[in-house]
Amino acid sequence: MSAAILVLVEHLKGTLADITFEMLGVGRQIAAAQGGQVHAVLLGKDVNALAARLGAADSVLLADEPNLEQPSAEVIVPLLQQLMAQKQASLVLLGGTNASFGLGGQLSARMKVPFVNFCKGARVEGGSLVLTSQLFGGKILSDVKLADGKGIVSVYPGAFPAEAGRSDKTPPVEKVAVPPGSPKVVFKRFVEPDTSDVDITKQSVLVAVGRGIQSQDNVQLAEELAQSLGGVVCASRPVIDQGWLPLSRQVGKSGMTVKPRLYLAFGISGAPEHWDGMQSSECIISVNTDPKAPIFDGSHYGVVGDAVELIPLLTDRIKAKKG
Amino acid sequence: MDPIRISVYGLPGVGVLWFLTLVAFGVFGWRAWQLIGLLRRGRHENRFDQIGRRTWHAVKNVLLQPRIFGEQSIGLAHFLTFWGFMVYATCFNWALLRGLFPMLPIPYPDEVKVAVLFLEVFSVLVLVSLAAALARRLFYAPPHLHLSFDANFILALIALLMLTMLFGSAFRNVAEGSRGTAWAPFGSLLAPAFAGLTPVTARAWATAMWWLHMIIVLGFFVYLPYSKHLHLLAAPFNVFFSGAVTRPLGDLTVPGAQEDMASGASRWEELTWKQLLSGFSCAECGRCDRACPATASGYPLEPQQIIQKIKTHAMQQGLARTRDASGNGTPKLIGDVITESELWACTTCMACMTRCAVWNEQIPIIVTLRRQLVSQGAVERTVQDMLANLTRYGNSFGKSDRMRARWVQSSGLKIKDARKEPVEYLWFVGDYASYDPRCEEVTRKTARIFAQAGLDFGLLYEAERNAGNDVRRVGEEGLFEMLKEKNLQALAKAQYRAIVTTDPHTFNTLKNEYPWNGNRVPVKHYTEVLDELLQAGRVPLKKKLTGRVTYHDPCYLGRYNGIYDSPRRVLRALGLEIVEMPRTRDRSYCCGAGGGRIWMEDKEKLPERPAENRIREAAALGDVPTFVVACPKDIAMFRDALKTTGTEGRIAVRDIAELVADAMEG
Amino acid sequence: MPANSLCVARAVWPSINPTDPFQHMNLIVLLKMVPDTVEELNVASDGKSLDSEYLRFKLNDPDEHALEEALLLKERVGGKVTVVALDAPEVDDVLFMALAKGADRAVKIPADQASLGTVATARMFATFLASGGGQITPDTLVLPGSQAIDDLEGEVAAYLGEALSLPYVGVVSSVSPVNGKVVVLKEFSGGMRGEYEVTLPAVLGIQSAEKPPRYVPVAKVRAVMKSAKIETADIAPPELAKALVVERMYKPEAAGRAQMLEGTPEDIAARIAGLLTERGII
Repeated sequence: MSAAILVLVEHLKGTLADITFEMLGVGRQIAAAQGGQVHAVLLGKDVNALAARLGAADSVLLADEPNLEQPSAEVIVPLLQQLMAQKQASLVLLGGTNASFGLGGQLSARMKVPFVNFCKGARVEGGSLVLTSQLFGGKILSDVKLADGKGIVSVYPGAFPAEAGRSDKTPPVEKVAVPPGSPKVVFKRFVEPDTSDVDITKQSVLVAVGRGIQSQDNVQLAEELAQSLGGVVCASRPVIDQGWLPLSRQVGKSGMTVKPRLYLAFGISGAPEHWDGMQSSECIISVNTDPKAPIFDGSHYGVVGDAVELIPLLTDRIKAKKG
Repeated sequence: MDPIRISVYGLPGVGVLWFLTLVAFGVFGWRAWQLIGLLRRGRHENRFDQIGRRTWHAVKNVLLQPRIFGEQSIGLAHFLTFWGFMVYATCFNWALLRGLFPMLPIPYPDEVKVAVLFLEVFSVLVLVSLAAALARRLFYAPPHLHLSFDANFILALIALLMLTMLFGSAFRNVAEGSRGTAWAPFGSLLAPAFAGLTPVTARAWATAMWWLHMIIVLGFFVYLPYSKHLHLLAAPFNVFFSGAVTRPLGDLTVPGAQEDMASGASRWEELTWKQLLSGFSCAECGRCDRACPATASGYPLEPQQIIQKIKTHAMQQGLARTRDASGNGTPKLIGDVITESELWACTTCMACMTRCAVWNEQIPIIVTLRRQLVSQGAVERTVQDMLANLTRYGNSFGKSDRMRARWVQSSGLKIKDARKEPVEYLWFVGDYASYDPRCEEVTRKTARIFAQAGLDFGLLYEAERNAGNDVRRVGEEGLFEMLKEKNLQALAKAQYRAIVTTDPHTFNTLKNEYPWNGNRVPVKHYTEVLDELLQAGRVPLKKKLTGRVTYHDPCYLGRYNGIYDSPRRVLRALGLEIVEMPRTRDRSYCCGAGGGRIWMEDKEKLPERPAENRIREAAALGDVPTFVVACPKDIAMFRDALKTTGTEGRIAVRDIAELVADAMEG
Repeated sequence: MPANSLCVARAVWPSINPTDPFQHMNLIVLLKMVPDTVEELNVASDGKSLDSEYLRFKLNDPDEHALEEALLLKERVGGKVTVVALDAPEVDDVLFMALAKGADRAVKIPADQASLGTVATARMFATFLASGGGQITPDTLVLPGSQAIDDLEGEVAAYLGEALSLPYVGVVSSVSPVNGKVVVLKEFSGGMRGEYEVTLPAVLGIQSAEKPPRYVPVAKVRAVMKSAKIETADIAPPELAKALVVERMYKPEAAGRAQMLEGTPEDIAARIAGLLTERGII
């Protein structure tokens, strides 16, 4: 008997997040190996239209209600519990994002089924499902076997290809009812970041600064470089926390996700939370004094050196080339 | 003619004199008692040791006052005025004694020819000096010289005293028959102007001058403890009790502290009595401000103001007639009186303390107040991160302590582990030289030089921790203690005969602030060791270097520890020609990294940073392409300054070790 | 505090109602020691765990923020801050540091943290909190850090919420007591945050505090070490120490490593400029 796989769909403001497709891709991959159906669980308000894009799933389990605009865990977890039982699902795939944060743990506790975090790889080996997770900011990997194939998995964003989860097919939609509850956690509203500043997600050239830029004064150097390239300055979290740049410039898990043509990373170590936000950039050139900085593992080009020294030289070169 | 044998509205002169004297001494005494009372409310500090050395130090620095001559425009003038004061004070007391006790069988000073000669000569010398001082104040006052009514008033009073003396002498001359005498040269010169007076009138005028003189002095006596002229009385004590006599400059430990000094001072009463005395001793001359690199760069810090603000605040709070019971509205010492940004701006370069003519100790005061800020956690983010790194990893870079000696691997040398085998020299490398990529190459070169010179040396490897010099200057006394303990533990396990350091900051604290408890070994800076090795011919030089260089004296090597010549001998031994910058040796201008400032951020844009100013000074020498340093932080600061001043093509910043290494290459 | 981060929120943030029923909050902070990634991490010879030879531990970063948030709440509203941790290398230093910063009580549960997975850890905390030593009162907030770098089994806060049947929100960056409840901000992506109203008692996984963690001078920590005591609470560990069995632990291959550029800074600047020209960016 092949068990079903549930995928919790992530969406924001009428757009499906890439992680959704990444998860559908993984779900399909696992279903192909050990059989079973993939069901996409779609909750929200006015999200009907999104269902059509979830063709990679075998069906869409839809709950579209006004009070589901930003459901809390107290609503989602019992629903997933119910659906797991209904569809006899052995696996639930959740996004490793802030939006789905904590759901896995709670669901795991209720269903008495193990939860695997930070999952970057999945394969079926000898009839068992083996999940690879990253630990310690990516420095160590671990393999965990789900013996009976039952578990809840948090899928690390960007680890799996989104393409594998896209499809032109239109899936059948099944309406589900959300179990009632009196949530003790009530969503009030979204607090937007100040958008009067530049939208870094729309830039094709980004000059990113991290701790290694050493002082607020040096941000000015980065601004000049950005200007010479027709781009904009962004930063990793430590720089934002110091107040050297506004929140709208933060790249990373809690900040923006960017995909520019060129991402120049100065003094950024490449911690996963930052990497999440820029890993899909077309060309990544990183400068860091630490030859072991994780950012070099994923960059296209790397320089072991002092960012503060290099930036003005680069600016001069570029201005010279532009004539 | 006895001036006290006059009658003032029917009262005998001697009685009037007694009355005035008692009032003057009374007011003075009461005020002095008040001020001493303030001092006694401060914290205890033991400065009563080595009385002999202290006396000698005071005698030299008060009577000869060499530091006063540090500013040529006023040095001689003040010296003469001071000695004039000594002569006049002696004669005043003499005259007063005689005046109060007419039965004493002693003459008045102006009846003794030699005394008169001294008085007259000095009166003219002093008047000329006062004119110079006034001209300086009015026409070419140096910055930070406090131009106050008080100062001008004092100059006027002293001038008046000199004039009463001269005119009195002139009138006496006329009264005695207008014969000039070599014993009263200037009085004799003046006498002809009053030749028309009858002897009786002349005598009356002379008496009047005498009384005027005495009254002004007594009045001065009363005014003194309310004015900056208090420095006259306080300064000699300040010099007597100065820390430099009994302890090295680079030692910030407070001797005999009975209370926990780690938390610094939050109120004026928590400063020590010696720190409070500084306020009374300050003559408001501004030498410290003129020397201070923070002041010059536009930071809010002015060392003179630190001292003055404490004085004003302590006097206001300590002498307040009505005390506000709730304490509300009492200005806070840190925050209201002295701002935090003033305190953090100090690089602890010691320029102020080296110039201060009354030997005030501004840096320990600043550090004491910083300790208070640290104990409240009121430290800026970057400094907090540094302190956390130092606490956890023993270095300010936040890198693993195991990485400290990684540079050895790429040096091509096998360097002894001093923890495992005995060595002659234990090389305490320091944070910057070990971890900063800009400095690592110099460290490797130094190692190779030592090796090729056959020096028996070793490292503590991972057991070495930041020595703590700057941690203490930032005010984290607890962390300093912890680092010191860890280092001493590591050192106790090693066997060595001397210590050599790369960084002058490390050098300073190991030499002056670590308790060796009888196991003291020589602590040397690597330039001293290079000097010794070169002199002994142990460094295999392959070629002579030519060219002109200028050498920057690091604060903690030069001013703090008096090492100026070893590095210069090294440079000359290499064949280089040294061109000195105007601000050389103990006048060297700080790079701005000390006192933890290298960990701090500048919140505002400054017109010019200290390192930039110094590089421009070097560039102005013209045709001196090399700026030589002997400190890893200097390498970092000055190489940055080259970029920001745009002088990169014209000057190169090189460490002494690099030059020695150059000379060793074929 | 970053110039812009909470500016928008602050402008409309509810001010503390002077008649607010909150006079006191029972704040319980859960601390965890995690391997310090400054050191190189290696896999032990059994292939399933970390090599402990050069392993050093430090306080999990979000936990430090949780402590700070708790102290800020105590300063604002009054109350008591208790810090609880399992036994781990250097945990005593951390507990004393917490006391020096202003925590009122420090409790150590003498069970080896490294041998327990997140699920078991959560159970132990839950047992402690339900016992006499802990006690969940109507004004209690349990504040673990949002997550840790070794949370293979998930976040302790989520399990704790379930075990104690308390509401839970994670990735919290701000907590404000208002009208007997708390209003929290949860971080989403793109710099956006969601505002939630939570009924107490509750579990909040703190990602970052409203102010950076405060500095406590070494002298104060040392003084606290001499004067204060860490309580112990004997809780028996649950049967299942680890919910997941790790088959294998290994270091990732440095796949797709960057092409490193060498030379003087000027050379490198020239090369980069060249690369950008090739790619048509300039």
